[in-house]
Amino acid sequence: MNHSGEIAYFGRRYMLSASHRLHADALTDAENQAAYGKCNNPYGHGHNYVVEVLAGGPVIAETGMVIDLVALDETVRKKILDRFDHTNLNLDELFVNQVPTTENLCRVVFALLHNALPGAKLESVRIEETENNFFQCFAE
Amino acid sequence: MVFLTRRATFAASHYYWNPVWPADKNQEVFGLCANRNGHGHNYTLEVTVAGDPDPVTGFVVDLKWLKDAMEREVLSAFDHRHLNLEVAEFAEGKMIPTTENIAIAAWRRLEPTVSGAAGARLTAVRVYETPEIFAEYRGGR
Repeated sequence: MNHSGEIAYFGRRYMLSASHRLHADALTDAENQAAYGKCNNPYGHGHNYVVEVLAGGPVIAETGMVIDLVALDETVRKKILDRFDHTNLNLDELFVNQVPTTENLCRVVFALLHNALPGAKLESVRIEETENNFFQCFAE
Repeated sequence: MVFLTRRATFAASHYYWNPVWPADKNQEVFGLCANRNGHGHNYTLEVTVAGDPDPVTGFVVDLKWLKDAMEREVLSAFDHRHLNLEVAEFAEGKMIPTTENIAIAAWRRLEPTVSGAAGARLTAVRVYETPEIFAEYRGGR
């Protein structure tokens, strides 16, 4: 039953609120201002990020599901939301050596969830910084 | 190659229940979704087709044709129905109407029609159960 074995994808959207400032130590103040504009303002600013996690794998015969939603939520909460929600991204150790652009945040989230989803493969991470822009990382 | 997606909505009720399992196991695995009186959602169906735009019309497919196909093949069967009780794929415990299974069932209903249309092929069917939860099927690829 349940189309078992068919490969399907399950997606879930989470919100996290965090602040960041885009500033590269390798650039001068003027270069930072030119590269990042208002995102370089000295005290940072924040976003309500939407993190969309896509898991892929065979549909399980007994449940008709690709992944257990509760287990997925728990994994994302522990690895991503508890770490980044209501924080200043610049202060996280993963952004000591890289600017917390949403491109880099997307790569970081992908790496933290890679091989960590219970019983399914991480296919992609999409992060929406605002309603009008988003970034995606895909499994190789 | 251009990908074109059409969106439509339907409202349906369902519950999750594996008839092979005892009641307590169903409740443990499926939680609130195992409530035998069922519950409902406003689903969103997204159908993506791909092809090269026709040199005369500039269309990959005629959107009205796609809308009618979605209505005829999927919505007319699923909309304002109890999936477990009234939809053939899921009836009599044949299959649990999870979001994954609904996406696959919708694909199988649409695929013969879309592949019969000149120049287009079905590439994805995505079903949102809520704005935060969705499943996608790409023909098993």
